Amino acid sequence: MKDHYDIAIIGTGPAGMAAATVASAHGADVLIVDEQPEVGGQIYRGITRQSIKDRTILGDDYYKGQNLAGAFAASNVDHVSGATVWQVSPEREIGISKDGAAHLLTADQVIIATGAQERPFPIPGWTLPGVMTAGSAQILLKSSGITFSNAVFVGTGPLLYLIAYQYLKAGVPIRAILDTTPKSNRLKALPHLPGALSHLGSIMKGWKWIKALKSSGTLFIEGIDDLKITGKNSTEAIEYLVQNKWHRIETSNVFLHQGVVPNVNLAMASGCVYHWNEQKLCWHASTDEWGSSNVPGISIAGDGGGIGGAIAAEYQGRITAYQALYTTNKIKKQERDINVLPTRHALAHEMRIRPFLDAMFRPAVQFRIPTDDATMVCRCEEVTAGKIRASVSLGCAGPNQLKSFTRCGMGPCQGRFCSLSVSELIAEARNISVNELEQLRLRPPVKPLMLAELANLSTFASEDT
Amino acid sequence: MSTSKQTADAIIVGGGLHGCATALYLAMRGINCAVLEKDYVGRHASGVNAGGVRRLGRALPELPLADTALSIWRNIEDLVDDDCGFESLGQIKVAENDAELSALKNRAKTVQDIGFSHEEIIDQKQLRELLPAVASHCIGGLYVNGDGHANPYRTVTAFKRKAISMGVRIFEQTPVNEIVRHGTNWLVKSPSVKIEAPIIVNCAGAWGGSIAAQLGDYAPVEAQALMLMITARMPRFVKPVVGSQGRALSFKQFDNGTVMMGGAYQGRAEPEQNNTHLSFNGLAKNACAATAMFPIMRHATIVRSWAGIEGVMPDNIPVIGAGSANGVYHAFGFSAHGFALGPLVGKIITDLIDGGDIELPIDAFRIRRFSQNKDT
Repeated sequence: MKDHYDIAIIGTGPAGMAAATVASAHGADVLIVDEQPEVGGQIYRGITRQSIKDRTILGDDYYKGQNLAGAFAASNVDHVSGATVWQVSPEREIGISKDGAAHLLTADQVIIATGAQERPFPIPGWTLPGVMTAGSAQILLKSSGITFSNAVFVGTGPLLYLIAYQYLKAGVPIRAILDTTPKSNRLKALPHLPGALSHLGSIMKGWKWIKALKSSGTLFIEGIDDLKITGKNSTEAIEYLVQNKWHRIETSNVFLHQGVVPNVNLAMASGCVYHWNEQKLCWHASTDEWGSSNVPGISIAGDGGGIGGAIAAEYQGRITAYQALYTTNKIKKQERDINVLPTRHALAHEMRIRPFLDAMFRPAVQFRIPTDDATMVCRCEEVTAGKIRASVSLGCAGPNQLKSFTRCGMGPCQGRFCSLSVSELIAEARNISVNELEQLRLRPPVKPLMLAELANLSTFASEDT
Repeated sequence: MSTSKQTADAIIVGGGLHGCATALYLAMRGINCAVLEKDYVGRHASGVNAGGVRRLGRALPELPLADTALSIWRNIEDLVDDDCGFESLGQIKVAENDAELSALKNRAKTVQDIGFSHEEIIDQKQLRELLPAVASHCIGGLYVNGDGHANPYRTVTAFKRKAISMGVRIFEQTPVNEIVRHGTNWLVKSPSVKIEAPIIVNCAGAWGGSIAAQLGDYAPVEAQALMLMITARMPRFVKPVVGSQGRALSFKQFDNGTVMMGGAYQGRAEPEQNNTHLSFNGLAKNACAATAMFPIMRHATIVRSWAGIEGVMPDNIPVIGAGSANGVYHAFGFSAHGFALGPLVGKIITDLIDGGDIELPIDAFRIRRFSQNKDT
């Protein structure tokens, strides 16, 4: 690691890898940092290692990541893996922890490509041992081939069906699939279908997964109106409401998923402005056509700015990289524009399926905003929905005041896993839109930082003071 | 937007602890008042400070106030129906070498000479009894039994709620655009409301200088961003609030196990944007001090850092008292150590307004001290 780079990129998913490859090919001095030991991000996790021999299990889309990872491996960038980025300041000072030591360095341009995370799924019992997100189950599958027999898959969205399908392909028995997609979504998605038809292949693929799951004999229940996971010390059963009747399935593993949302904490803490997107029910970065944020020199690429998927992320990574190259005088404007134009067309094409997917898999309100006051919302500080509603009735107006009222969002995750639920819950209780709420103020360190590491920084800092 | 017009006996600008406490005491005397707060109550220094309630190490002019304030804190629940998280587990300033210890001895003597006996020198053995986790090289300290800390946001919220229950009108999200004379009244204009009253109290913290200017007074208040950081929960290993004679450090562990560290290192304040920026070089020095004094802290995990916007005066003591024009009172610029004084200052301002006797010496805090300096 040097003290200064032309371009620093946070995240080695598709957006980060694409950006780094483009930037270094044009002579920029590039740093790329990621928490994981290997490149790929969540979507292409383990792509350079491939612990699963049978390629049909993860499917062709996953192996598209090989080209990207190959080009990245051949490029000349400083790749710092297994490291935590805990701050990007508005002056583009980057705080990194690696192997127990903290470092501060700077860059002329920073591309934040922190990707997506799964939407919280706060239902009764969701914090019991044995419950995990479907994405976590997929991480275990991709990175080490670990699977759980007789799990119940619960929720909505393409990723849920994909992971269940991957389980099916791997020959792991699935206890049941409980589909929470509201039936009314189909009608609302219909107007968006013509735009999505250019992605007929993708739609057919998803349909194939669902069809395969249904015809495999796996219990596949649709029209779920309510859910609770029960158990004494760990998961023992999941109960679900269909057509006003409760049913019960005994299981020790439940995989929850209701879509992905941008992982916003690092960019928000840098001062990047986000706005509430009512179609996607999450925060979207307020960036320009180059991915540039309101903070000079900081841009956002990929799902961390707004969900577009892996292919779109790759395109956005390229576009932001060309802009960063232009801004740092590595290329001329014409070169930037000529190189970016085909990518823009491809990106526009890629995004055409999104309105359909957003409408089709819009998660139901009762699974985003807990109806049962006893349901946990903030896991770190154990704050329930009821406690949040009570705070609102005492005059708590938004998520920042809620921290002071209840410590909600003040634990080790710093609101990463609860802030969406909290914002929607407070907005509902106050009968206003989420956009009218003050956003959660995020502060570095964005990820927990050992005091000893921070203290060691001071021995360097004191030399120049 | 249409603005409603209202009247009151007194208008308070600033919904921090001092503003809310003043409102509460005024209301208890039957004086009808309104508080105008540009953000929400406790948004800035009052709600996000370190919560220290101390006499230890205070500037000498503040000592009589801090001593009296403590008696209010001891009965805070009687006043606002909430204990405000006040815990009185003592405060200690630690000495790491002989030079530091002798400086502390001098301080203790100075305090005794003006008639206070609360600061006591402790030796290494007593120090280790009070702070079992302190580093072995620390040789003693200055200890104040009875000092402690409270929960800042909870405190300011309790004052707000109690004031409202006594009939105080609190207008949040209500910035003051302009203050003008209207007959013998002060007319305060905001986007949503116009209020006039014969009395106006400036409790605007870091923004107190510009309010003072509109009231005909001068005070060079500077907005500073004092940084704090907090750890994930740890087993409880320290009870008193700890400071250091040789390092800039304030250190305390809450009953939930989290440890807060702060002390003099500044980020950058942007009062116009309600924003602060952090400097990790400063926080690193803070971390260095904490790990040197408490080796157990090397393994602590920082989960959050922040900075409130503090109003700091050039002489590091606040402005408290009447302004030059009729009906004007000031209480701001507490220079990052006003939290403990807040409840008492509300009472002092109320006494001044209500024509009561002020037994405590507050002349050192007069706003005229700056314009006098400016003239000469």
